[in-house]
Order: sequence, then structure tokens, then C-alpha cells
Amino acid sequence: MTTTVDPAVRAAGAATRVLRVTRTPRGAGGDGGGGDLARQHGRRGRSDGFEVPAGSARTTVLDALTWARTHLDPTLDVRHACYHASCGTCGVRTDGRAVLACVTRLADLPEGDITVEPLRNQALISDLVVDIEALYEGFDAVGMPLVRESRTVPGSRPAPGVEGLTRFEDCIECGLCVSVCPIEASDAAYEGPAVLAAAWRVVEEPRHADPERAFALVDGDQGAWRCHLATECTEVCPSGALPAEGIMHLRRGLLRHRFRVAFARLRVGANGAGEPGGTP
Amino acid sequence: MDARTAPQVVIVGGGGTGGALAHDLALRGIRVVLVERHGLTSGTTGRHHGLFHSGARYAVNDPVSAVECIRENRILRRIAPGSFELNDGLFVALDDEDMAYRERFLPACEAAGIPVRWLTGPEARRCEPGLPDGIPGAAQVPDGTMDALRLPLRFFATALANGADIRPWTEVTGVTGSAGCVTGVRVVDRPTGRTSEIGADIVVIAAGPWAGIVGRLAGVDVSVRPSPGVLVAMRGRACNMVLNRLHASGDGDIVVPQRGLSIIGTSSWLADDPDDLGVPEDHVARMLAEGTRLLPALRDREIRAAWSAARPLIGDRGASSGRALSRTFKCFDHAVDDGVEGVVTIAGGKATTLRGMAETAADVVVRKLGLEAPCRTAETVLLPHTAFHRPAEAA
Repeated sequence: MTTTVDPAVRAAGAATRVLRVTRTPRGAGGDGGGGDLARQHGRRGRSDGFEVPAGSARTTVLDALTWARTHLDPTLDVRHACYHASCGTCGVRTDGRAVLACVTRLADLPEGDITVEPLRNQALISDLVVDIEALYEGFDAVGMPLVRESRTVPGSRPAPGVEGLTRFEDCIECGLCVSVCPIEASDAAYEGPAVLAAAWRVVEEPRHADPERAFALVDGDQGAWRCHLATECTEVCPSGALPAEGIMHLRRGLLRHRFRVAFARLRVGANGAGEPGGTP
Repeated sequence: MDARTAPQVVIVGGGGTGGALAHDLALRGIRVVLVERHGLTSGTTGRHHGLFHSGARYAVNDPVSAVECIRENRILRRIAPGSFELNDGLFVALDDEDMAYRERFLPACEAAGIPVRWLTGPEARRCEPGLPDGIPGAAQVPDGTMDALRLPLRFFATALANGADIRPWTEVTGVTGSAGCVTGVRVVDRPTGRTSEIGADIVVIAAGPWAGIVGRLAGVDVSVRPSPGVLVAMRGRACNMVLNRLHASGDGDIVVPQRGLSIIGTSSWLADDPDDLGVPEDHVARMLAEGTRLLPALRDREIRAAWSAARPLIGDRGASSGRALSRTFKCFDHAVDDGVEGVVTIAGGKATTLRGMAETAADVVVRKLGLEAPCRTAETVLLPHTAFHRPAEAA
């Protein structure tokens, strides 16, 4: 395994760390470019070593990866946007753990080389970049509004003319929960913790979305009943969105919903199959 | 217009401006290919603090930007409903100097058409209990919070649905054509390493602080300077409204609440390489000092992240600091400026003015193409950000 170094950094004698980054092969006839919906099995390529400055106590895995891209290998692909755990684009696995690279500090990782791999259970586009489109298809079907009306700062009141206080949903759509879910690992058709938790949010606080649609989506074989309650999803969530708890609530909501539907049918039946004036 | 014979425009840059331009041109019936070297919104767009501007910050010193912001603020509320935390903002006075600035601030907001209401200290603290005790008052304006990734994604999603070809992970390595006339771009598809050419009637550079680098590939001079600033995200949400300090623009004068975070911004300097900004530790310290002065409730919070983002400022070569440069935007037709046909640059601006920037650039593009096709983006409601995926059956 080769390690790329910057001679100037070596010469300066500053502390360094080595990242061992999983790469996808180039020019091997892969689909790439966003069209590859095959799961990542079999597309794992080599691992490249990059020696990067250890930086300060604040230096993150994302800082190190983008430094390596700028100074050592411009072909390294890594996804990022906000740099503060709000956009959810920079999920990777460092030393096997699913994390957001932008809030994972080098200084907090054990000494020695740091392995950096793409998230699991999502189609791979390139190097550390997984495809978000499958996740977005699920979110799109659920239709969770982005802005919620609960969880505002306690003790505060809306300013004059502001109808009600709002804030963005906790889920940042990063896919870390999808990466650690044991059921996702065995079955790509499972709707998964992120989409199921979003469905619960629609039921809990519909705003103008349709809870009936959310219930219908998650009541099938690949929906809420498939979950084994392993709760890895909640443990790994960087944003406090509690997907496992959401799925539990969703199951209880589904049972209540089924009961209501059955009860409504019974009542209709008792009234003569709902036919107007249907009494014999 | 026939889809096969419609003119083709290549947009270089997958930030908010490029996304809004792809949407605008697709609505006007033009074929669009957008190329972005990394992921969408991976540059300046994704990294900003999330302020949905009312324009009040610029009312006193940069009235052109202030008018642009309030106009676009009103339009975005209409076309992107559900994309903002609309809790308004306060410009908070902490001392007598701030109260003196108020005398210029309130009339300047009114002149720019920005609704403004003065709240007494106790009224302001009823809205935001985390503000300091005994403040003289605060001005309420229609600021808000946007999601720096998900608002632009609505433009990309709608452009995609209208037939635009959006290609992240596609890097421009050069242009095609003869000297003085650009007819397309050479690109590498980064995941596979494959190179190809994309023909273009016009190439639009929408690369923010990277516009100068892309411009050099096309043989044109783009005077955009990267002007980075440091931002600090504190864990926990300490306010509902955007809080600004009521004085001339300065370091650490804003706290933007966003989900479960409170973002303190920002500083300003001039850089040469937008890929190599660093996060100066003294700037982080200044953000904490000024941010906690404005909002003492932030004092015992943990830092979630500290990072830098480069503003794309239109350089006036004489300006010595980032703040001296205007925050408005400009569109350059390089046939006029450099004698190079087929290249247009849209640069400068704010995240809030992305649609307006796109309209200006698209107007230049259709005029150069000799078409009559009016802008429709101010009336077209955008798809949700989660619509950014290709239909399953087409995959």
C-alpha cells in the first residue's frame, strides 16, 4: 500500500496523521457518474494512504480529506457542503464507525492510521461518495415537510406579526442510519430507518402532508414491521432525530390506525353496508 | 422550441446560482447541461450560515444590495414555501453607539422597502429571553433561516424535472473552439476518469470564488476575489430569530439559529486560493467573544464546528478588505469585456439573491442567442428538494 506525502510538510517536521482511504477504480468501465445503482459490493477498489498535517485540536476528518485532495491527489472524491453537521452530505466510516467527517476530529481518533471508507448499504458513485437518490425517492414518497412547528426555544414568544415559531426538522438525511442498519445490509428493498422515521414525523405532525399516505407506505412487508429494533440507527444519528423511537411510535400508530379502520367498517356494516336507507 | 434544435447552454458550477440558472433556462426552453467538479453546493453555497436576508444588513452602506435582497426575499417566500424558518430577525442595540446607528438604520430600511418595527428592550427580550438584560431595544425585520443545501436543491430538482442535465462530479479541464470563440467545454467524469466534450452555444461561468480559475481555462479575465470568513456553530439552539448587532457590519455581528444549532458569523479577509482557506484560531476566538456579547445564552455551549467559507466578491482592484467590496452581483459578457465570444460570467451576490442573479444571466444568454423568451421563475413554485432524483424507471 502506498502513502502519498507532501515533501514540504515532511520537511517542516509538523505532526502528521495517515488516512487510509478506500478508492474506486478509474477507467475500469464502471458506470459511475450517478447512473450506477448497483450496490457497492464488488466495486471496492484499492486503499490509498495520504499523510496529512495533524493540524490543531479542531482539525476534522473532512479538513484532512479536502487537504489531501488539494495537495496530494486531486482525483479523490469526497462529498461535502456545510462543514457543520447541518447538510448531512459528508457521511463516511472512519475506523469502521459511521460518522459525519465534518465533526469528527482527528485528535479524537485513536493513534495510528485512520481508515476512511464509504457508507454501507447505499449505491456507490466514487471513492467516498454514495448516491443519495434512493434515499430521496423514499423521502419524496413520504412527503415530510422540512419545517416543523415544535421544539422552539423555551420561554420565547413569536415577534409581532410572526404567526408561529418554526425550525427545520432534525433529520439531515445523511444516511448514517442506513449504513448501520442490519436489515438494510441484508435487503435493499427495506424502506429503512430514515424514511420510516420521516413517515412517523408526518403522522405525528402532519402540517399539510397526508398521514394516510404515510401509513399506507410503511404498512407493507418492507416497512415498519420489518425493523428488528436493533437501535443502531438512533445511536449513530448525529442530529438527535431518534429514528428507532420514530419506528416504535409508527408501529403503535399503525395498530391504532388499523383498529380505527376496522371499527369504522364494522359500524358501516352494522348500519347496512353503508347504503343510504339500506334497512330491510 | 424543438427540443432537438433548441440552443444548448453549459453552466459551469453547481452552487445556488448555477442551480437557479439551470432552472431559469430550462423554463425558457433552452437545453441545459450543468457541470460541477464535486458535489452540488460543495463550494460557497453549502457553507454559508443560512441567513435568509431581508436586506437590512446592507440598508445603510449598500442600498443596491438591500433592495435586491428584500425583492428576492419576497419572491422566494412565494416560490419556495416550506423552505424557511420564518421567525424574523432582530437588529439588537447593546449600547449608545448602536442607538446612534439606529438613526441611520431605520430610515435606510424604509427607503429600501424593508418592513421594520422598533421593539423596546423588554419587548425584544420577551421574544428572545437569551438577549442581555437591560438592552435599549431592537429593530425587527423579515430575516429568516434557510437550509443552505435544501433551498438550492429545489432549483436543481425543478430543473431536472424540466429536462436539464445536471452532472455533479464532472470537472471542466478546458474549452473547445478557436481563439476568440468558445464552442464548448472539455470535461472529465471524475468517477470513471473518462474525458469528453460538450458543445455549447454559450458557456456560463457560475463558479463563485472559483470563477477566476474557470475563466483562465476559457481565456477570459474574471475579477472575482475569494473573500473568506470564519463561522462557528454552537451546539443547541439559543434563539428562534436571527440576531444581528445594530451597528455597521463587523466581525461576529450575527447569530443565525438553524435546526439544533446556533451559528455565529463572520469575519472577512481576502484570499487567493478558494481551495485552501484554513480556519484562523484568532477569528474563532473573536466569533465567540462577539457572539456571546450579543447572545449571552451561548456562553456555556459547546462548539460543534468551526469552518471557513469564501464569498465571491466582485473585485474592484483597489479594495483592501472584503467588507469594502459590494455584495451585489454582476453579469459579464466576455465578448464585450475580453473579445471572447460564447462566454458569460455571473458573479458576486448573496445566497438570497440566487434567483435574481439567474434571471440577469439568463436575460443576457437569451439576448445573445437572439431569442424572445421571458423569465418565468418569479411565478413558478419549485418542487420539494426531495424531488431531486431521477424517476426509478429511467434508472
